[in-house]
Amino acid sequence: MMTCKQASKLISQSLDRPLSWSELMQLKLHLMICDACSRFKKQLNLLRVALQNIRTNMENNSAITLPLAAKARIIDQIESDQQSQ
Amino acid sequence: MHSNVNDWLNEHGDYLYRFALARLKDTHQAEDAVQETMLAAIKHNSFAGDSSVRTWLTGILKHKVVDMQRKLIREQPISDLIDLDAGEESMDDFFDKTGHWLDKPQSFDMPDHALEQSQFLSVLDACMQKLPKKLKAIFMLRDVHEMENENICKELDITPTNAWVMLYRARMVLRKCLEMNWVKG
Repeated sequence: MMTCKQASKLISQSLDRPLSWSELMQLKLHLMICDACSRFKKQLNLLRVALQNIRTNMENNSAITLPLAAKARIIDQIESDQQSQ
Repeated sequence: MHSNVNDWLNEHGDYLYRFALARLKDTHQAEDAVQETMLAAIKHNSFAGDSSVRTWLTGILKHKVVDMQRKLIREQPISDLIDLDAGEESMDDFFDKTGHWLDKPQSFDMPDHALEQSQFLSVLDACMQKLPKKLKAIFMLRDVHEMENENICKELDITPTNAWVMLYRARMVLRKCLEMNWVKG
């Protein structure tokens, strides 16, 4: 039987590589009887989803705008770039 | 030609800035990324017209953001990036000798509301700051920028096994930190 340490390692790696058939089977068996590792798996999934959500929220948050000074700087930079060409 | 840039900045500048900020987490870097994007867009003017201008500009920005993250990593000595202690032993603070959890993971809930989400973000940010530099770098590349593992390994000159171990460690530390600092569900 797989230990929690081994199971948690595979749960993390499943986010980075496809697990082999036998790894998947052993992990499934372990998760069926282990609440702690099932919660760990849920935690990692939540962590991933949270990072995605937070990103999307920020992308759609119209309160965050490119500062005017930065805008002006970018335009200046491009104009001087083109003059030097 | 630069009237293009004016239009692009007016119509898409804010979105591009937020896109960069959500990934770089630094206002100056986000501004620089938008600037680089504008320079590249006007230089190559590769807009094919088969997608929206925003999609085209975002595509350029995505590359710029990853480039900047790589640069940050390159500025660190490589020995500092490879976690030599990241072997099996490094998980000793989470498991006993027989491989059982020392503290069993608890469940925590996803924040639903905007206010809760911003609280969650600040907890998560604080937790990420506590990660050792090298773990933070690889975690950011993989789970925040969603860079392919293969590219991360090439970039950091490490083996896939190295990467998996470091990511395992980073996620383990982060979820523990969240568990302790975020309200339990």
